[in-house]
Amino acid sequence: MAASATRADALVHARGLTKRFDKLVAVDAIDFDVQRGEAFGFLGPNGAGKTSTMRMIGCVSSPSGGELRVLGLDPVIDGPRIRARLGVVPQADTLDMELRVDENLLTYARYFDIPRDVARARTQELLEFVQLKDRAKDEVEPLSGGMKRRLTIARALVNEPGLLLLDEPTTGLDPQARHLVWDRLYRLKQQGVTIVLTTHYMDEAEQLCDRLVVMDKAKIVASGSPRSLIDQYSTREVLELRFPIDAAPALDGKLDGIAERVEVLPDRVLLYAHDGEAAASAVHQRGLRPESTLVRRSTLEDVFLRLTGRSLIE
Amino acid sequence: MTGALRVVEHHLMVYRRTWKGGMFVSFASPILFLAAIGIGLGSLIARGPVHTVGGVSYLTFLAPGLLAATAMQTAFVETTYPVMAKIQWLRTYDGMLATPLTVRDVLGGEIGWLVIRLATTAFAFFLVMVLFGTVHSLVALLMIPVVVLNGLAFGAPIFAFTATQRKDKGFPTIGRFIITPLFLLGGVFFPIAQLPPIAQGIAWATPLAHSVVLSRSLAIGGMNPSALIDVAVLAAYATLGIIAASITLPRRLVR
Repeated sequence: MAASATRADALVHARGLTKRFDKLVAVDAIDFDVQRGEAFGFLGPNGAGKTSTMRMIGCVSSPSGGELRVLGLDPVIDGPRIRARLGVVPQADTLDMELRVDENLLTYARYFDIPRDVARARTQELLEFVQLKDRAKDEVEPLSGGMKRRLTIARALVNEPGLLLLDEPTTGLDPQARHLVWDRLYRLKQQGVTIVLTTHYMDEAEQLCDRLVVMDKAKIVASGSPRSLIDQYSTREVLELRFPIDAAPALDGKLDGIAERVEVLPDRVLLYAHDGEAAASAVHQRGLRPESTLVRRSTLEDVFLRLTGRSLIE
Repeated sequence: MTGALRVVEHHLMVYRRTWKGGMFVSFASPILFLAAIGIGLGSLIARGPVHTVGGVSYLTFLAPGLLAATAMQTAFVETTYPVMAKIQWLRTYDGMLATPLTVRDVLGGEIGWLVIRLATTAFAFFLVMVLFGTVHSLVALLMIPVVVLNGLAFGAPIFAFTATQRKDKGFPTIGRFIITPLFLLGGVFFPIAQLPPIAQGIAWATPLAHSVVLSRSLAIGGMNPSALIDVAVLAAYATLGIIAASITLPRRLVR
């Protein structure tokens, strides 16, 4: 996707987009474009402004300032028209506990004025897609968190949206349930659905996003592909050292020169180096005896730490 | 407009699963009240010095008042906890507003559904009244729109109030200080004229008293002289309530 892509091509176009709640600035003049067919992510900790941004894109919250176009239209004027073509997976499921699994999809389809017979057929297809077909006639409440999430995703697809918005799609799910959700989202992307998601999980952003912006304190602090962000803001590898708690103060100066950068966290020390193994042996040569050492590749977590000095999940 | 119909449709889908219980209560409650108080207590009155209340048997006096009070209570029940749940606990409205539906559709649908609920419970009550022989004219059918309007006169303002609430603490307060006192003292069980003057003034300032006297006159096939004023009071409460809700609901749901 060329960086020079024009505004007309972008499914979402934001310049100086701002959201204020009384005195609190939730989103502070951010710029971004989401291109057709890509998976675009907002990565950041809780309270960074991700949900407020998503609600503005979803035309349920109006911007306090700046410019926003969604599907080429103005959300303030054309909210219902835009929403007719969006799929929305909110942060907290808003499923109807009084209705069965299939009824949840049927009733939602009706909000889009989809004829009943079409809605019934689509309900079958979508329940199959999210692997809930055998639960069609079940109550919603006893479903697992992962199943409810998949049902919410199915519901968001009932109007065959070209743009799917997901606010923290896998927060609170166990690893297996997360992978199942990721797999379905990946398939949707393959089918040409444009995906915009927020997450505070770096692995989710890396798995799903072609491009992402890192948000912190209502602002965008970096943007690019996961790979390019890691290349730009981190080293290839990271050496993680854990020391006995009382030994930590004795470190000062002893790690100098081993790595490009050293981060001392409360529970561990991170050494950013091109070659993690070489750094580990250098640590040992200096007579340091950490309780454990781990060499891993850099992740978006490291990018975030570098950019903000804090961890993503606190 | 079609948006509001979709919201009503959602209600119908939910109601399809619960209507049996609701329908049972709609019939059982008036039967119990009319039998116990109308006939039971009424038989004591018939043996007393006056025999009648306002010129009719106590059962005939009581039934239209109870009908109006039932509409008030139905409206109270429908516009408190279920609305709170959809705003805050289940976030049903948030789900709806992510679709082409607007807050206006949501409000329109909720008011529409309230009208349907009020009309069906009132009709069930009406059938019970026929069964008890307290309906003396076809004109009595007009009681149904009257008490539906009475239900709206309570339901719409309460809906507006619910949209401002973050907790459900206010609902029992409404029940204790408005709904129950009106039910007991608002002209359902005895004529308002027997209340002390101040209480009479308060009673006439509420919708219930107006819908009670109007229903009562319609039940025996008449029309009380102040009918237009009664309808105007009910309509004013309902209209103001809907206007208030069309301010408080968007304020709550659109941030």
